[in-house]
Amino acid sequence: MAQSTVRKTMTFGEGGLAFVFAVTTLLCLVAAAKAQDAPFAFHAYLSAAASVAAVFLIFRGYFNRPAQLPGQEVEDGRPNYNDGPIKFATAAAVFWGVAGFTVGLWIALELAYPVLNFDLPWLNFGRLRPLHTSAVIFAFGGNVLLASSFYVVQRTCRTRLAGHVAPWFVILGYNFFIVIAGTGYLLGVTQGKEYAEPEWYADLWLTIVWVAYLLVYLVTIIKRKEPHIYVANWFYLAFIVTIAVLHLGNNATLPVSPFGSKSYIVWSGVQDAMFQWWYGHNAVGFFLTAGFLGIMYYFVPKRAERPVYSYRLSIVHFWALIFLYIWAGPHHLHYTSLPDWAQTLGMTFSIILWMPSWGGMINGLMTLSGAWDKLRTDPVLRMLVVSVAFYGMSTFEGPMMSIKAVNSLSHYTDWTVGHVHSGALGWVGFVSFGAVYCLVPWLWNKKQLYSLKAVNWHFWIATIGIVLYVSAMWVSGILQGLMWRAYTSLGFLEYSFIETVEAMHPFYAIRALGGALFVIGALIMAWNVWMTVRSGEPAPVAQPALQPAE
Amino acid sequence: MSVMAKHAILEKNSILLLIGILLVISIGGLVEIAPLFYLKSTIEKVEGMRPYTPLELAGRNIYVREGCYTCHSQQVRPLRDEVERYGHYSLAAESMYDHPFQWGSKRTGPDLSRVGGKYSDEWHVAHLKNPRAVVPQSVMPGYPFLAQTELDPKALAAQMTTLSVVGVPYTDEQIKNAAKDIKAQATLDDPGAADLLTRYPKSTARDYDGNPARITEMDALVAYLQMMGTLVDLKLYNDKANLR
Repeated sequence: MAQSTVRKTMTFGEGGLAFVFAVTTLLCLVAAAKAQDAPFAFHAYLSAAASVAAVFLIFRGYFNRPAQLPGQEVEDGRPNYNDGPIKFATAAAVFWGVAGFTVGLWIALELAYPVLNFDLPWLNFGRLRPLHTSAVIFAFGGNVLLASSFYVVQRTCRTRLAGHVAPWFVILGYNFFIVIAGTGYLLGVTQGKEYAEPEWYADLWLTIVWVAYLLVYLVTIIKRKEPHIYVANWFYLAFIVTIAVLHLGNNATLPVSPFGSKSYIVWSGVQDAMFQWWYGHNAVGFFLTAGFLGIMYYFVPKRAERPVYSYRLSIVHFWALIFLYIWAGPHHLHYTSLPDWAQTLGMTFSIILWMPSWGGMINGLMTLSGAWDKLRTDPVLRMLVVSVAFYGMSTFEGPMMSIKAVNSLSHYTDWTVGHVHSGALGWVGFVSFGAVYCLVPWLWNKKQLYSLKAVNWHFWIATIGIVLYVSAMWVSGILQGLMWRAYTSLGFLEYSFIETVEAMHPFYAIRALGGALFVIGALIMAWNVWMTVRSGEPAPVAQPALQPAE
Repeated sequence: MSVMAKHAILEKNSILLLIGILLVISIGGLVEIAPLFYLKSTIEKVEGMRPYTPLELAGRNIYVREGCYTCHSQQVRPLRDEVERYGHYSLAAESMYDHPFQWGSKRTGPDLSRVGGKYSDEWHVAHLKNPRAVVPQSVMPGYPFLAQTELDPKALAAQMTTLSVVGVPYTDEQIKNAAKDIKAQATLDDPGAADLLTRYPKSTARDYDGNPARITEMDALVAYLQMMGTLVDLKLYNDKANLR
């Protein structure tokens, strides 16, 4: 070993990034001094503080590391996986999950008991709702995707994650974006576009982080030791690339001032509506579906210890899914001022989309053939499998609701909210919990989770919560839709609008109860994860990995 | 070599896979979005449409800031019950100056695209301060703080300039007089009201929030609500004009 002869120098990444962050600190301080509104000043100071912290962390990392960067392989030739950033993202996912679900519960209660708005700007439903959606989709879901994608790409490519500082930049940078976006909502900083509320400077920062994410991911694939790119990586790659395209298209804004938070989108009216739902629906299609299908394709076979059911099916449903999803956006705009042909096109493709969606479900579920008995003994696998079942249910409900005749009833009602949550809580939530329950013992080198019994409790409490939530929203949504269009025998509208609002109250209370159960489940998970990390039994020494048959 | 076997080429080359994904996801968006920038029905001009006055624009900014779109739509569908409940179905042209559009996706509260003139200013102020004071069953949050927050008239000129860059036809004269027009529109019998009306046809000027001492965010929001859906005279609109 000739380690002692290597002179310790900063890498280009370390030095360059430290310099960039030092400059950024100054720029942020200038921006704070010239800020035109208080929220912008607050965010500028926050960014300055974060930049200082980044410089500090880079130098601390440099002084604490040996002269040589961590090698690509450990002694016996196995890849030297980089799991530090993944641990952080996994912990962040659990934290944001609990926070995001709790905000969701709070706003559900606000709709049932409006006094909970307390007449305060930063507690009113309109500002908290984007906080909830962003916290669960981008903070919780995003961190699960970052953690699992970095884990999966290393294992399936049998190589260390590309870059030394870059993976940390991606994970910490992304979470900083979340903080900026979330505090912005509370202060009234928003673009007013659903699921794309963060203002221009947060969007700009996310773009930089996302490009770094794509590069780390792609370069890791390029330096893989396996001849084939594993199917999970196709889905992760499609998710990363498409989200970049959507983000740029839907956030083409012009700031009023470089030192103010306000901006205006360049699109207007009907064009903006189409851009919005092209983005919005594919945030579902690529963030909440393609990304999480990547999770399914690694964690379900791994946990069931069975190969993926059909290789052919994965090829067909991958390309069909990503091609068809993009067309589906206009089903959010049925009967609006969007031209009819675009609506019909959106509806048609949404219905066709049912097929590749179920192709994915079948591929996931059938992976268990020969291992179905494990559902009785392994609550983590049960969670993963039930998530795929929920995926199947909501990808049937979605195409159905995209039919114009159905949509004329369901649109603008709670049915949409129920549909979203059967997908979000059942599919995205459960597949994420399953992945976290797998990842935590693997990452922290524990034999198994602290308590499988607690996983079981989490599973059942959350499942009952979802059932309460979704069925309450079905009833309230269909009821309200029918009340809006009800006529008396004399040909007058039967109900005033407020009568339909009043009729929603019991269902809003039941929905809040369902949400509360889901939050309790997440708290059980957080406790279980904490106990596993703190006092789980260490894993036995790893066996040397088998060489792939080529 | 079957098609499935050819797929191995993509599975072994990450850049080709990346390009393949980019091509496949581009098609749908291009087909659905690009035509909207030249089709007649989506870019038609309708008589009566004009950019927002500075006060209305400030009100709209507050509407966006408070996330009103999370519960209120601004889009009436051509369905019998909606047309009877809210009025004429929405035209694309009616949101042509809306950056961003606020059609919404949920009606926890009613549609607002034609709410202008349906209620008095006093009703709006009382309702926004405490919705349950006038509608006991309402689940809307209260916004009493709007009446206490002074509006900053200086910010509007820069915002109008930005909007003019992205396509809203604000004239230099309109931008220059933004602060003056705000005062004129939010004050009863202001001498500037005549000029305001020339610059923005159909605009109305009065003390919206019932507090003549100050121009508040409440003034702006109520002014915005009261103009919604009032610009286009739909009795004169020819809905057959775009049929081909």
